[in-house]
Amino acid sequence: MRTTLLAASVALALSYSHPVLAANDFNSLKEQLDQLKLNYEQRIQALESRLKAAENNATHAKTKVKQIEETVKESSAPKIALKTQNSFNPAISLILDGRYASFSNKPGEYELPGFALGGESGLGEEGISLGHTEIVASANIDDKFYGQATIALHDHEGSTEIELEEAFIQTLGLGNGVTVKAGRFLSAMGYLNEQHEHAWDFADAPLIYRGLFGNQLLDDGIQINYIAPTDTFLQLGAEAFKGSSFPAGGESGNVGAWTVFANIGGDIGIEHSWLLGLNHWQANDIDGRTSGGHQHEGEEEAETPSFTGKSKINSLDFVYKWAPNGNPSQQNFKFQFEYFDRREDGVITMLNSDPLEATSYDGHQNGWYTQAVHQFKPQWRVGLRYDRLDSSNSGADADILEEAGLDNEGHTPKRYSAMVEWLPSEFSRIRLQFNRDQSYENTDNQLFLQYTHSLGSHGSHQY
Amino acid sequence: MLNKYFKRSIVLFLSLLFLSNPLYAGLKVFACEPEWASLANELGGEHLDIYTATTNQQDPHHIQARPSLVAKARQADLLVCTGAELEVGWLPLLLRKSGNPNIQAGQVGYFIATDHVSLLDQPVALDRSLGDVHAAGNPHVHLDPVRLQKIANKLSHTLTKLDPANSSDYEKKLELFTQNWQSMILQWTELTQPLKGKPIVVHHKNWIYLQQWLGLNQVAVLEPKPGIPPTSSHLSSLILGLEKSPAQVIVYANYQNNKAASWLSKKTGIPTLELAFSPAKDETLTHWFDQLLNQLLTLQE
Repeated sequence: MRTTLLAASVALALSYSHPVLAANDFNSLKEQLDQLKLNYEQRIQALESRLKAAENNATHAKTKVKQIEETVKESSAPKIALKTQNSFNPAISLILDGRYASFSNKPGEYELPGFALGGESGLGEEGISLGHTEIVASANIDDKFYGQATIALHDHEGSTEIELEEAFIQTLGLGNGVTVKAGRFLSAMGYLNEQHEHAWDFADAPLIYRGLFGNQLLDDGIQINYIAPTDTFLQLGAEAFKGSSFPAGGESGNVGAWTVFANIGGDIGIEHSWLLGLNHWQANDIDGRTSGGHQHEGEEEAETPSFTGKSKINSLDFVYKWAPNGNPSQQNFKFQFEYFDRREDGVITMLNSDPLEATSYDGHQNGWYTQAVHQFKPQWRVGLRYDRLDSSNSGADADILEEAGLDNEGHTPKRYSAMVEWLPSEFSRIRLQFNRDQSYENTDNQLFLQYTHSLGSHGSHQY
Repeated sequence: MLNKYFKRSIVLFLSLLFLSNPLYAGLKVFACEPEWASLANELGGEHLDIYTATTNQQDPHHIQARPSLVAKARQADLLVCTGAELEVGWLPLLLRKSGNPNIQAGQVGYFIATDHVSLLDQPVALDRSLGDVHAAGNPHVHLDPVRLQKIANKLSHTLTKLDPANSSDYEKKLELFTQNWQSMILQWTELTQPLKGKPIVVHHKNWIYLQQWLGLNQVAVLEPKPGIPPTSSHLSSLILGLEKSPAQVIVYANYQNNKAASWLSKKTGIPTLELAFSPAKDETLTHWFDQLLNQLLTLQE
């Protein structure tokens, strides 16, 4: 190109300086110029088409951006909230529980030598029966409080009884890891105690829970609980209770029973987790705690043992859980151990006895259970449990202790249990359980077929 | 005497516990799922001390309120979770037990991703016979990059509110993230054109945001109902349908059992594909999403 231009200008210069140049030369010059023009026109055309293509691309990109913007806009559109009166109703769930039970011994003959049974500590009904039907209502009350009530309905000697199991308020984020709970609630004493019966892994309570608490320790009072700002879970807490119901008793008009507890726990790697707890329960002025005695055949009016004095319980609990990759939904394993030790000092009186029988009483009872549950498939679990109790109670009058059921008759109660569960969904469970129960001298073979289903809101489960 | 000794050992024990927990100046973030940890890391970086409650090997729906999680929730300044009932089995318990006012519902430090985007699959009827349905809609929004951008904007805003001193830095980080993420979206859209309309089988209905974004066509689900493990009768019933109109692939999340997918694959000849449902530890969102799409694309060849 440059050479052509150069040639053209040289030619022009030459033609001016030499006006006598031939027409021949002029023609060739014109031809060259035409060539030049054509060349430029082609280049401009090429440029124009490239520009057009670029413009097309730009519009394409613009529409794409617009499309994305629109999708973003769509996704940011406010969600349509359910504006009905019902949306503020508490979360309600209903637990349906029913069972078939078979015992080789008569359930009425059940006893736990060395332990004075109270509360709901029998074996339950034989044959087909309903368990506890529970209604749980819970919600955040406002930004400061959470509230929950659990109402249980169950049949007792032919009539349906209503029992208010829980009714409490609890602070929400009070600060510094402190939470305060007030009302009626399950005590934090022991690992299993804070869990509802329907969340247990077996159809019945461990023997030590049956022996000491009448299955479960619940009372009216206040709980304060602190979680330390550490990566290792550390919880310290205390409870003050009215203490007028089993295993305390009487109307002290003040704090009738109290507890202190400490829990420590954490993870080991990603697959293992653990929790260790120490607890103490104490009631200093138990006044007239009644329990079922050792009833002799032929007695007309049952003499009821009544305890007045001081009672202390210490306990230790340990839980270990495993799940492959820490993903419990496919498979998981749980090991649990609890030990309780109770010491009592006071007087046992046999109510309805004539003349009134009474003896000094120095009680020492302890017991433990251990259990392991393996969920080997998402819908199947198997579990084993072993219970063992021991007692050494003494008093001035051994006969009265024997009558009160506080003489262990040289027997150490034990029980072996095995269960298998089928869980069709998160909300339903069918369980088959077998116990070889040596609570007392005559070994009892017990079989339970139980369903426990929950309806309504999806509850959270304790660790 | 014994009492004194006991008290001393308790004091010693407590001080050891506190010592084991180094003081960290950053904002403490409790992320329920790894995707929110990754996002928080992009948006807050060195200003945040992030704890991830679950790994991508765990089904976020079935986590237990372990003691370690309570201990972490107790210390958090900011909670970043999916919401829409995904964590309903454990998060409410953590919040109640934590005694931590910063992360309670309604506070700035309570960040729920699904509160900021529209949800797909909102059930017409709430009936548990339909399986474990989520009343608010499908919670797995992190699989839609467009929704994720929206959540990023909101999360960045929350970080600014909680830590105004570093607000300009958070803005910068959001800008950087947005630039990168938007260009990735364009790139991914281009790249995944061949996936449009492709029929797939899924284990659980947790891919719908990805399906919608990519235009994939879900033809069958291995679970008979959401949250109910696959049954042999249900799987058998799928075979007939898949013989008539075959699918390209059977997709399942890495935390799901592959037995059902493998069984169906054997019967139908449709290949299975395990996808990471969330980023791995310390993996960026871009890297995770890139991997995910590439895995889907390799099936095309």
